[in-house]
Amino acid sequence: MHTTTVPVPESPPRPPTRSGVPPVVPGAPSSAVPSVLDDAQVLATGRRVLHRRFATVGAGLGSLAMVHLWRLAGVADGDLCAIGPLPSPSDTYRYLAGNSQIPAHERLRSDSGSTIDAIWGWPGYALRESIEEVNPTQALRVLTEPLLSEFFTPKAGQVYRSVERETARLGWSRVHQPGWVQCIRRAAGGGYWIFVDSDTHGRLAIAAEYVHIAVGYPGVALLPDLQEFRTQHPEAGFRVVNAYEPHDFIYEELSKRPGVVLLRGSGIVASRVLQRLLDDIEAGRSDTRVVHLFRNYVDSSQGNSPLFRRRGGGGFAYQAFNYPKASWGGQLRAQLEGLDGAERADLIDRMGGTNTAPRRSWRRQIRRLTRTGAYRQVQGVVTSVEPTENGVETTIARADGSSEVLPTTYVLDATGLQADPATHPLYADLLARSGARRNPKGRLAVEPSFEVCGTRSGSGRMYASGAMTLGGLYAGVDSFLGLQYAALKAADDMAAAGALPRIGPRRSAIGWLRWATNRAYRPGAAEPGQSEVNAGQANASHANVSQVEGVRS
Amino acid sequence: MTPTLLGRLQTRWATVWTVGLAWVLLIGPLLPLAGPTTATVRHTGIASLVLVAIVGTVWELLYHLVQQLRWDKDWPTLLGLVLGVPEGFVVYQLLIRDLPFVTDPISPQPFIWQFATVWLVIWAVTNGPIRILFPRWRFAGGRFL
Repeated sequence: MHTTTVPVPESPPRPPTRSGVPPVVPGAPSSAVPSVLDDAQVLATGRRVLHRRFATVGAGLGSLAMVHLWRLAGVADGDLCAIGPLPSPSDTYRYLAGNSQIPAHERLRSDSGSTIDAIWGWPGYALRESIEEVNPTQALRVLTEPLLSEFFTPKAGQVYRSVERETARLGWSRVHQPGWVQCIRRAAGGGYWIFVDSDTHGRLAIAAEYVHIAVGYPGVALLPDLQEFRTQHPEAGFRVVNAYEPHDFIYEELSKRPGVVLLRGSGIVASRVLQRLLDDIEAGRSDTRVVHLFRNYVDSSQGNSPLFRRRGGGGFAYQAFNYPKASWGGQLRAQLEGLDGAERADLIDRMGGTNTAPRRSWRRQIRRLTRTGAYRQVQGVVTSVEPTENGVETTIARADGSSEVLPTTYVLDATGLQADPATHPLYADLLARSGARRNPKGRLAVEPSFEVCGTRSGSGRMYASGAMTLGGLYAGVDSFLGLQYAALKAADDMAAAGALPRIGPRRSAIGWLRWATNRAYRPGAAEPGQSEVNAGQANASHANVSQVEGVRS
Repeated sequence: MTPTLLGRLQTRWATVWTVGLAWVLLIGPLLPLAGPTTATVRHTGIASLVLVAIVGTVWELLYHLVQQLRWDKDWPTLLGLVLGVPEGFVVYQLLIRDLPFVTDPISPQPFIWQFATVWLVIWAVTNGPIRILFPRWRFAGGRFL
């Protein structure tokens, strides 16, 4: 990740104090840096200069997908870098998943073929799990899903292990450049300058021709009324928490004394947090009551057409994944590609929006706990949130005009993450200074190749992937498979520009064999096919910079 | 799988005439069949492939219509496997009806062996290994072109 968007884990019960606030990046404000930089200007900054023809910003799972393909295309160590503060690409994901109550042994909401460690998706996570555990159950589940069984989803720990294996194979530690990206600027002769600040590596200016940005969500965002509460009542701020923030202290407190939790949101995160709360109650670990507030209550299937009708009921909209499966590679992807502007945004909303997985165990648990009175659903719009001596009092207005006061010990906001690119300093800077613009969903507009619209610089191209590109031609951008799709489209575009060989059947098959046999990329050495990459052709302007490290002949 | 109609057709024709044909020519003669000659077995196999491709084109139209009733617009793995039964039945019924290119008499045993194994192999290949050679295939709804 590029920024401090994810708060540093704090020791519970100390509550998180900031949320949804644009993170602070150390160093000079990027607004002071001119939009186009020549070599002299870069040298004048005193930054150490590196040349890397291919650079990915973020160093998370999106960057992993990109580096995986660059390696597959034969890019060697000295030609690429992945810039970000954390050592493992899965660190941020693991942190957010852990906070939202998906520890390593729990399952994610992702299908078997969405293998973030391999573009081919085969063998998928189900087959791998069956082989590892010498138990055919999960492989058979893929065979029968979703007709006779629920969709297989991988355990978080399995995904993390696959990422660790792949990062070791790719030589990630050699291409990872620790640090925070301050800003990205056009280079006068084409390509880009990436300003990076690092506690351990000092201040860098990295010259790159092809830049890929995958920094994820800008941060965690509380609902506006809860943010207001936290600002107005900092002493009680710990009582309102976003599900992606560290909040284990709440479960610990609830295990010591009875309490009431107000849960807001009805998506997958709400489901997972709810399961944690209800598991604790059923296991006798807590004496908690859960009040679940729905702003939009789904009481039946959604959609009037039998050809476009999503299951729903009991408050929730149900689908296996965050979009219908075909939006990743089938007819819905094709349909979306044929739409523009508001129509495209509308289809994305109808396919996505707030929804959760129709897991039988969750629905049964809700029914059980509803009967005992430990779980209760309410519908309405929040009109006020006030502190009390031992908690929070939330007042809601119902559709019939009546109101209800909900006294609770804690409020858990499971409505998601900050999605406005303007709240992220790097995106905000791109939007303000580079020619990048917003798409119909208000996020970063990208071309079908995932090149960021309006940012081309001579022979240089800038791409983006992940959640911030939602609103383009691809709905499932915020997923393992979506990150891989974007990286593949970007790699194809770079190939069309002559920067990489295209990943054709032969290269792909050889790459798969290398992956399957866990054959690592050797340090610094050119791999088979390496000569096909036009190494050393990073733009001419940069070659004049004298204080250069890593310049190739 | 999440095929588009074009992807369905391309995948069917491509796999029948690569994986299917290779199987019939290379493995077909090795099947444990008592009675028919190798030439007969091969002939049965190739005639089946022709029909799987041609008649299958109509099947795919039907499957695509059924797929429209599914929210995910996907095609479950299990369906891809069990639909071999009705498809095989139709192909067999056509084969025993004196089609112009069917010169040898068709007997059930070699047909069932050939058809079932070819179907299984194509199903297995399209549920994973195909992506080793064609990593874009799954993103393109089964299209190669």
